Amino acid sequence: MTKIWKKYILYFAQEHVDHRVAEFESLVKLFSLQFRCLTDHILKPFWIVEFPNDEAALKYSSRSVCLRAIFELWSHGHTAPEFHKRLGAYVDTHKSEVAGYFKPDISFKITVESYNKHFSQREKIDKIETMDYLPIEGPVNLKSPLVEWWYIEFWGLDPTAVPPVPDDIMFGRLLAQGQRHLIKELSLKQRKFIGNTSMDAQLSLLMANQAMVRDGDLVFDPFVGTGSLLVSAAKFGAYVLGADIDFMMLHARCRPSRITQKVRDKDESVRSNLKQYGCADRYMDVVVADFSNPLWHRRLCFDSIITDPPYGIREATEKVETKGTAKENTRTPDMAHYPSTSHYSLQHLYTDLLEFASKHLKMEGRLVCWLPFHRDDYSEELLPHHTHLQLVANSEQTLTGNTARRLLTYEKTKEYNNDETELSARLTKIPTPPSCNEFRQRYFNNAIESRQERRMRKAEQREIGRLEAIKRGKVPADARSKKCDLNKARFD
Amino acid sequence: MKLSTYNFLTSMAIKGVKVGYPLKLTINKKEVVETEFNATFVERLLPKLDWSAIYSAAQVVELTDDIPAVQPENIAENEQLMQKLHHLLFEIDVLDGQLECPETGRVFPITDGIPNMLLNEDEV
Ligand SMILES: C[S@@+](CC[C@H](N)C(=O)[O-])C[C@H]1O[C@@H](n2cnc3c(N)ncnc32)[C@H](O)[C@@H]1O
Repeated sequence: MTKIWKKYILYFAQEHVDHRVAEFESLVKLFSLQFRCLTDHILKPFWIVEFPNDEAALKYSSRSVCLRAIFELWSHGHTAPEFHKRLGAYVDTHKSEVAGYFKPDISFKITVESYNKHFSQREKIDKIETMDYLPIEGPVNLKSPLVEWWYIEFWGLDPTAVPPVPDDIMFGRLLAQGQRHLIKELSLKQRKFIGNTSMDAQLSLLMANQAMVRDGDLVFDPFVGTGSLLVSAAKFGAYVLGADIDFMMLHARCRPSRITQKVRDKDESVRSNLKQYGCADRYMDVVVADFSNPLWHRRLCFDSIITDPPYGIREATEKVETKGTAKENTRTPDMAHYPSTSHYSLQHLYTDLLEFASKHLKMEGRLVCWLPFHRDDYSEELLPHHTHLQLVANSEQTLTGNTARRLLTYEKTKEYNNDETELSARLTKIPTPPSCNEFRQRYFNNAIESRQERRMRKAEQREIGRLEAIKRGKVPADARSKKCDLNKARFD
Repeated sequence: MKLSTYNFLTSMAIKGVKVGYPLKLTINKKEVVETEFNATFVERLLPKLDWSAIYSAAQVVELTDDIPAVQPENIAENEQLMQKLHHLLFEIDVLDGQLECPETGRVFPITDGIPNMLLNEDEV
């Protein structure tokens, strides 16, 4: 006997499309949901999915950030006649279930949504009227209807090749919204403590979903910065711990990132960010520490590790320098907070990160992190791997020019053993990916410069540019307004 | 720094240090921040904690009347002890103080509630 499952329309935001599948798979696993996906074209903003019941569908929508809304599917057709025939048939065969929605005292609303084609209000009303066979008796209430149906037309994905008729016509009863309101709620624009590399709310939430964060979990970010990844994990109920090499950052004494702000407020901190969102109780601690050195007790075990390691573009990849390479004059006796640092190559950093995760994650716990790539030379073999971790998701976000970063999700599949021989075996299995290896170098398309050299070169270029502009009779734009624009662009 | 975090920190990165645990805690200034008691979370955290370091933290904050020197069995069933552990581990916030490596005496300062575990280049 096959179980009778219900069909649902999943309506996604057409943004970060590549992360959508990964999120769906993580959430069905998080809630142990059974499902059948009836849409094979995953780029489509509408999927038709079967779940055993509404409870399962609601669990999924209670966490999805990619999802706009979920609907109980009443009809789906590729042509208008097919669609109407099926809608009529649905109402006939589901009499007892649907009768309640049609009662005289049940107010309703029908929303018309068309994807990739615009319709006027008049045209939309015409479309609603094609369904006049629905035995609706209640009054219309556009503000707060008791039941809301959506009539949806999908006109393809390509705005330059809109088909003559819609590919899909669907009708469903709104069951629940997704969690996109959280994107606004946790927006960086209103956040107390932010930095140049704070992760935007949407991607942070996606990362927490990839990590399958549950209420009462313990989550760690070894490159915590302003704690943007911990904010979303805490929002989903995790207790959070972070570390960062940057003393000034953790103490919020670095330069403010908002152009409108001259000095940082006294109470800026990762902790105040959590407080802002009502998660103060979930704050464990942040610690100033260099990830390239061992620090944490062997017993410490995390449910997940969520992190955005430094790529060396907007912030330096650095680690405390060892004696042999020390620069001169980098220390004064009272400078305890500033040991000199040297370049921490991405390859070493990811090797350390995977090894750390295999040691400190619980079994089946997840490591979620970003890895930058040049789109030209990306191939899956270049991804770092580890004998104790399995790559379970890998999705791309394109950045400027030819660069992209990939959101990687690893799951711990094997218990870590402190055995020395095993350790060496494990380490040799981490490849040295040539491209992710020196991303920074490739990004700038020149050899690694020290930050000092780079500053000097930039300043020189600026000066040349300024002089040239003056020669051409231009009044040079002041740096401050330029920065303002940059800042705006970043948060729009 | 909470005393739960204290339980996790080591100085094992220092050259020549074997265990680097537990660190010696000194508190100059602390604060009690009331937080919601979550029995499940305390219970889940227990296996990650080292009892001797829990007890030495209790000694520093003079709560040895609340915390036994030896880990009792079935703590999770002892609601009162769980509450006291919650208070010790999550509600006491060390604002100013230091952590000291038991083997080398190297001091890690805690300022504004944040421990600084960085080492200088010649120490690692
Ligand atoms: C891409 S940023 C992460 C930003 C963070 N997600 C946030 O919300 O602000 C990388 C961070 O890694 C830190 N970092 C760089 N090298 C490090 C190291 N060796 N150990 C620990 N942290 C390091 C930098 O100070 C920076 O804050």
